[in-house]
Amino acid sequence: MEPIISIQDLGKTYAGGFTALKKVNLEIQRGEIFALLGPNGAGKTTLISIVCGIVNASQGNVTVSGYDIQRDYRRARREIGLVPQEISTDAFESVWSAVKFSRGLFGKAPNPSYLEKILRQLSLWEKKGNKIITLSGGMKRRLMIAKALSHEPHVLFLDEPTAGVDVELRQDMWAMVRGLRDSGVTIILTTHYIEEAEEMADRIGVINRGELVVVEEKNALMQRMGEKELSLTLPEPLQKIPDALADLPLRLNSDGSELIYRFDIKSEDTGIAEFLRCLNAANIDFRDLHTRESSLEEIFVNLVHGEHQKHEGQLSGEMQE
Amino acid sequence: MNWYGIGAIYKFEMARTWRTLMQSIVWPVLSTSLYFIVFGAAIGARMGNIEGVSYGAFIIPGLIMLALLSESISNASFGIFFPKFSGTIYEILSAPVSVFEIVAGYVGAAATKSIVLGLLILVTARFFVDYEITHPVWMVVFLVLTALTFSLFGFIIGVWADDFQKLQIIPLMVITPLTFLGGAFYSISMLPAVWQKITLFNPVVYLISGFRWAFYGVADVNIGLSVGMTLLFLILCLLATWWIFRTGYRIKT
Repeated sequence: MEPIISIQDLGKTYAGGFTALKKVNLEIQRGEIFALLGPNGAGKTTLISIVCGIVNASQGNVTVSGYDIQRDYRRARREIGLVPQEISTDAFESVWSAVKFSRGLFGKAPNPSYLEKILRQLSLWEKKGNKIITLSGGMKRRLMIAKALSHEPHVLFLDEPTAGVDVELRQDMWAMVRGLRDSGVTIILTTHYIEEAEEMADRIGVINRGELVVVEEKNALMQRMGEKELSLTLPEPLQKIPDALADLPLRLNSDGSELIYRFDIKSEDTGIAEFLRCLNAANIDFRDLHTRESSLEEIFVNLVHGEHQKHEGQLSGEMQE
Repeated sequence: MNWYGIGAIYKFEMARTWRTLMQSIVWPVLSTSLYFIVFGAAIGARMGNIEGVSYGAFIIPGLIMLALLSESISNASFGIFFPKFSGTIYEILSAPVSVFEIVAGYVGAAATKSIVLGLLILVTARFFVDYEITHPVWMVVFLVLTALTFSLFGFIIGVWADDFQKLQIIPLMVITPLTFLGGAFYSISMLPAVWQKITLFNPVVYLISGFRWAFYGVADVNIGLSVGMTLLFLILCLLATWWIFRTGYRIKT
């Protein structure tokens, strides 16, 4: 199936010389939820801003539903709804006139019943006559989403959609985003909350220092890069790992009450049977056991940290030369 | 052409005018009326005619021009500056609207407001002084051309300005002095010869002179020159606007 967004060799160097993106290649599939993760300043917002037409690219091509964002910008932009990171609204406008404005701006004929549907979905219908300045932070954020959806886009960019939003509202937003995906809208979201990506995304892209470090299906990524731990709760704390077990990938928790065995999920031989035999031979008993998989957050941190070390290594290598 | 897009920007800007009616319409009409009362009805009665026109009537075109220039600039500059300031410009930039459509929406609304204001001042002046309009079509042509040109100029200032002070500096420090010294209250033929020559470098002279000609058939400079200068300034503003969007100057990074 043809991707809904195709990004080829996209680069951006700002006037001050800062390179925000380095030849990024990415394809977004129709109907998926794609989470773009990265530390601050990694290039997430620049990438989104170029696709949406807010920032000019220095190099590369982007198409949305097959329309080039430069040559065929009208059709490309009609496909896109954008919810920016900052809540930017006209404080003295009413909710209703704000969504009506957005729909008109994107070249769509008035459709009050559609706008009503959107406002009802976002629990804003009762506030339609209220000035934006009177809305709470969460309502303003929902209004931003309503504005982005007002022209019936096929792609929705959500740049940090739940930043500063309380837990309950975040859950509501996640449910709403899933609902949008079910209605056929492709969602691209950037987030600092890794659990948000873990909870919602079909695919994950990690961007760091303007480069896409990894793009992969979430489950595959977690399986490929994730590790699993088997923790044994000991009846008596240990001071150190017994010599008989020294060759195994083991560690003790801080108070010595848990022995933790790390193993590779994908490996055919996890070594658990051998570990338990060694434990028995060393006459070490345990009261309880449980396993834990590494979270997306740990994978993300490892990826970004690994890239950071690689970058530092390159820098020191260059300095030595 | 994205007509709905132009309409959305235009209606949004016009709605802002009605929300700020006192500041946008009532105050400019009131302040200009004070000039009519002081210089027209009170002092004007003691002053002689200028080129056969009573002083109170003579200053009407200049005062309308003063309001038209300052309001066109401030309406259009604030219209585009505020979205930049508040961050809502993202929506304009990410929408399927062309440069022409964006400018048509903002400048069209600013010019409409100025024209309405100019006509209101004209009607209000009738309460204080008698006047006639010899060439009503030309009067409207000058009114519309000037409102459009200076709204476009205001749009450029709004893009250029990165703080509120810069937004005010051109209207207050440049346009108002040029209007006062451009023959709003006198005929430039009343100046010493050398100042008459210097005054011709003031572009506002051509606007006021042409506009006054439309009222009373008297002008400081040739009417063709007045139209030509107005059109020249319009073209310069159009070129500057085209350059702004081509380069993304102070709008896109």
